[in-house]
Amino acid sequence: MITEALLLSAFLFVIGVFGVLVRRNAIIMFLCIELMLNAVNVSFVALSRVVGIDGQLFVFFVMTVAAAEAAVGLAIIISIFRHYESVDVENFNLLKW
Amino acid sequence: MSVLGSMMLLQGGGEEGAQAAGAAFEPFVPGLILLLPLLGFLTNGALALAAGRRAATVARVGGEWELPDSHRPATHTLPSLVGPGVLLAAFAVVLVNFTRMLGVELHEPVVVPYWTWIVTGTFEVAVAMQLDQLSMVMMMVVSGVGFLIHVFSVGYMKDDPGYPRYFTYLNLFVFFMLVLVAGASFPVMFVGWEGVGLCSYLLIGFWFKDRQKADAGKKAFIVNRIGDFGFLVAMFLLFVTFGTLDFVPVFEAAPEVLAYGGGLVTAVTLFLLLGATGKSAQIPLYVWLPDAMAGPTPVSALIHAATMVTVGVYMVARASMLFALAPVGSLAVAGIGALTALFAATIALAQYDIKKVLAYSTISQLGYMFLGVGVGAYTAGIFHLMTHAFFKALLFLGSGAVIHSMHYALHHTHKPWDAQDMRNMGGLRRALPVTWITMWIGTLAIAGIWPFAGFFSKDEIIWYAGAAATGPHAAWYTLFWVMALATALMTAFYMTRMMVMTFHGANRTGEAEAHHLHEAPLTMTVPLVVLAILSVFGGWINVPAALHDGWAGLFGVLPMGEGLHHWLEPMVGPATEVRAEHVGAFLEAAPLGGGELAWAAFSTTMAAVVVATAVCLVRGWRIVPATEAGEPTAGLKRILYHKWYVDELYDRIVVRPVAAGSRFLWRVIDAGLVDGIVNATGSVSRAFGLMGSMIQTGSVNTYAFILTVGVVLILAAMAL
Repeated sequence: MITEALLLSAFLFVIGVFGVLVRRNAIIMFLCIELMLNAVNVSFVALSRVVGIDGQLFVFFVMTVAAAEAAVGLAIIISIFRHYESVDVENFNLLKW
Repeated sequence: MSVLGSMMLLQGGGEEGAQAAGAAFEPFVPGLILLLPLLGFLTNGALALAAGRRAATVARVGGEWELPDSHRPATHTLPSLVGPGVLLAAFAVVLVNFTRMLGVELHEPVVVPYWTWIVTGTFEVAVAMQLDQLSMVMMMVVSGVGFLIHVFSVGYMKDDPGYPRYFTYLNLFVFFMLVLVAGASFPVMFVGWEGVGLCSYLLIGFWFKDRQKADAGKKAFIVNRIGDFGFLVAMFLLFVTFGTLDFVPVFEAAPEVLAYGGGLVTAVTLFLLLGATGKSAQIPLYVWLPDAMAGPTPVSALIHAATMVTVGVYMVARASMLFALAPVGSLAVAGIGALTALFAATIALAQYDIKKVLAYSTISQLGYMFLGVGVGAYTAGIFHLMTHAFFKALLFLGSGAVIHSMHYALHHTHKPWDAQDMRNMGGLRRALPVTWITMWIGTLAIAGIWPFAGFFSKDEIIWYAGAAATGPHAAWYTLFWVMALATALMTAFYMTRMMVMTFHGANRTGEAEAHHLHEAPLTMTVPLVVLAILSVFGGWINVPAALHDGWAGLFGVLPMGEGLHHWLEPMVGPATEVRAEHVGAFLEAAPLGGGELAWAAFSTTMAAVVVATAVCLVRGWRIVPATEAGEPTAGLKRILYHKWYVDELYDRIVVRPVAAGSRFLWRVIDAGLVDGIVNATGSVSRAFGLMGSMIQTGSVNTYAFILTVGVVLILAAMAL
């Protein structure tokens, strides 16, 4: 049972990574990051079967941080959209040498 | 200096001095001697700053700078009081101390410590004054003659816009000069030594807007640095040997610690001599002194004739114990002195600038003093130093009065002639009678005519040079003696030539100008008269015993036979004993036989004959003004006029190689190598940075990709 859960977790995580790498839309990239976080949550919950309640406890922390991150990230994306009228990350390339 | 500091100075004098002297000689606030000129410096300095602000205002809003006497601002009237005033007060304090010292038998120097200056490990230097017979003589000369020259300056510099600045420098000079002669250790002496060098530089370049004058100041400073190097090395050697640099312990321990004629003491004395040749303008470092005439004439009188340039002689006399232990060092001192005396005298024969004649005459007379202290006659050297201060200050101030008058006349008619060239003068005795008479007195004194001051002092040196020829190195000393005699005759000639060209014959300034020639004001003539009196009677304090009862001493009428000799006995006595122990005492004999009296009679007669001949000879010359004359073309005269081409020689063998070497270091080593390495470091960093910045694209996807690849690689590495 654990094996399947971990495989699911790995599958979700790779989808997230793939999404971040190939997509240009900031919101989609953001969703993919959330996907990666939750893939990790799945493996936490699954592994708590073996190592005890700590894994499930940690999931709450991850969800809290993810919520805060979502708030900040979405705020940034909104303000960028107001400026560029677009959320394509190809536009956000000013921060370089 | 703060009020607290001055309080310490004043208190230190009373208490500590009394202890050191064993209640025999009680110094009278000796700190005041140094403090007064320093206060004068500070006061005049403040006035100079105020005057500078006013000058800036005048330059901005316009208006007349040259104001009538009654409307002069306080910045230009107060220095006339403060400048000479502090010197008079300092001279009074010196006199009080002198009279107190006269009344007691003082065999050991009185050291008055004030505070500790340097403490590192075993090395300790205290700021202390040494009061003894030698420093007393020097302080009297410096403050006394200094005061007269300050008074003269009041008249001479009156119309100069830099008047308060002038007195600021002059007071500072006197302060450092007194530190030099009153210091109780080599480092304190060195502070004064460097300080007078600085003031000399500032005053030579006093009219610094003239490039030539500013350069003359630089030349003096740089040439002096070469000498200072010698002084410093000598100090290091002394410290390594003795562990202290205070005069009293060093000279007390010297006979035991240093082997007679040993390499160490010879090295020390030769390095000290190098220092002395710089400051006292001896061969090979004399070249700065003629150029130093660019300064105001009273400065030439005070610094470049009467006081500063004689400190080399003072230093040798102070360190007489070391020189007595080093026969080779002493021989070098005497040799350089004799050579310089003769060499400078030959140049003076063919100069036309009145101040240049006096400058070379000063170098020549300094050579006499070196000869004196070199042969071991330390008293004779100091004696000539003193009489020379009188008559050379007189001659320089007299030339100042002449230049003042000439300048005034030429300025009025807008004639672009050189006010210092004697070919433009002639017949000035009618316009400047006081200057004329006093300068003749100075001339007779320097020529060594009896009974003027120079006769006694110069003759004593020549006599001792001859007497030294009975000991070791007899051939050398005989040569020096002959050179000294020859120099005496040349001195008589070039001084008379100068006097006749300036004051006698027909006037060559021109009709309109002759009208404006005038005698100097009282502030200038009074110092001349006082110095003339000193030039007549100054020599009487040390009439040699051999001369005292004969005609030269007016059959015992002249007072104080060998007065200075007895006075300085406690200071130079130990050194004379050391000398006598090793080479024997001075014999009453000259190389060609004859006693002191006979040779004195011979030299004064010869000098008188030369003076008389020169008067007749020079009066017969057809002299034309400088603008029509051109350079002398005849062989020897031309060489002498160009001062043996020594400046040109130094330019070839020293200045140009150094400049070329510096240019090489600048262009190749500094601009090429050093800057190259620094710039290369920068370029390489920049190149790396440029490469690194390529990674930073600004694209989020690229970053994410690199991040992912990195994570995968790390995980792979951990898995393996």
